[in-house]
Amino acid sequence: MSETIENFLELPLGDWHRGLGARMVPFAGYEMPVQYEGVMAEHIWTRTEAGLFDVSHMGQLRLSGEGAAEALEKITPGNLSALAPGKIRYTLLLSQDGGILDDLMVTNSGDHLNLVVNGATKHDDIAYLRDQLPDRLTLDHLEDTALLALQGPKAETALARLVPDAAKLYFMEAGSFEWNGIPLGISRSGYTGEDGFEISLSAGQAVALANALTQMDEVRPIGLGARDSLRLEAGLPLYGHDMNADILPVEANLSFALSKARREEGNFAGAERVLAQYPDKADKKRVGLFVDGRQPVREGATVIDDSGATIGIVTSGGFSPTLQRPIAMAYVPMNRSETGSAITVEQRGRKIACTVADMPFVPHHYHRKSKP
Amino acid sequence: MSRYFTDEHEWVEVEGDTATVGVTDYAQEQLGDIVFVEVPEVGTELEQGDDAAVVESVKAASDVYAAVSGEVIEVNEALEDEPGLVNTSAEEDGWFFRLTLSDKEELDDLMDEKAYKAFVDGL
Repeated sequence: MSETIENFLELPLGDWHRGLGARMVPFAGYEMPVQYEGVMAEHIWTRTEAGLFDVSHMGQLRLSGEGAAEALEKITPGNLSALAPGKIRYTLLLSQDGGILDDLMVTNSGDHLNLVVNGATKHDDIAYLRDQLPDRLTLDHLEDTALLALQGPKAETALARLVPDAAKLYFMEAGSFEWNGIPLGISRSGYTGEDGFEISLSAGQAVALANALTQMDEVRPIGLGARDSLRLEAGLPLYGHDMNADILPVEANLSFALSKARREEGNFAGAERVLAQYPDKADKKRVGLFVDGRQPVREGATVIDDSGATIGIVTSGGFSPTLQRPIAMAYVPMNRSETGSAITVEQRGRKIACTVADMPFVPHHYHRKSKP
Repeated sequence: MSRYFTDEHEWVEVEGDTATVGVTDYAQEQLGDIVFVEVPEVGTELEQGDDAAVVESVKAASDVYAAVSGEVIEVNEALEDEPGLVNTSAEEDGWFFRLTLSDKEELDDLMDEKAYKAFVDGL
């Protein structure tokens, strides 16, 4: 039975997407735009100009109260208590045995923290956070809030026309701004590997901002299809595909999210299991793959050894519009995870030769503050 | 020479005992940018409904089923270098394969162009 569209929730920009001719699909419980003019064109537009993404399905949370960062550290391996106001950190929500329940961005907003979690997991995340965090803290789900991402080399030029001061932010910094009297929470971050911004604002104002941006020559609306191919090229894992509750951070190749101070303290959920694998003692690891030929390998295809036995699995795969070749992410045994290792993937009975590749597949272009 | 269509958005052009098979313009529009087409090998015996080909877009793989039964006698080699032919010319240059029909009665269950157009308009 096919899913009926009525079962899916509407986002603030739903009609706006339809008005622009988007093809809408169910995603994370919502009806969302998968593409407008086409994945390939939208992907390349974002890499060369600026793309506007509606990511209002993601969970925007606000955590306030005394010691919020320290409390959150009990279930994340990030050094959040050391996070300065206006700074953002990528971290992982860990189960009691160290499995990855979600990945998230945490911003120190001064007197509270802002969290952005995945859309498909947000309700489970909220329940887990409420269960794990002390009662003196308040966790609000900002449901009447939209989230727009403006990504690409022209993103700064475009956004600065509306909010000149946003250009002063560096990668992984955030601040409060205003446009036409509308409050905007702006982060210099994203999920494409390009420079760009994520803009949080009241749902009722989202259409006005989306129109103001897409009226600019540099900006076009971009669907979820290109969002996926962009993040794959950028080597960024997708929760529920490239990691899940059965995967530990080192296996997921996310050791950078285990901050030094927190490794030494070892006092986060599942720390014993997680740190036992650090830095390279896991049996398997998420790696990037270059796929020989033109045919993509897809999520679920198996990694096999010379005898044909399954030794790993592809968790994301597609065609790279930038490189014009198929690329993938896969879990492979640690002893085959070095760059250049030959890997065989089996898909629909065919064997496809692959090579372990460095990630990102396409270089990041973040606007970093140069080190003094 | 006559052309038939299926509710899986394939077209079948029949000339004598030979059928040429491809996907419709509606299908290519739905699939988006096609980056690879896996066609069957020449000599493959297909039964109606078998997996016959795979169309890969940037994001997803889609199966193409055999609209009719028969032995594959030719495949469109041009798709190897230029899979985008399916986007630009789905119902002509972007054909997938040719087969020798083993049961022409199967054609009776397919739609003609008018019926297919009505089917697509109803989607």
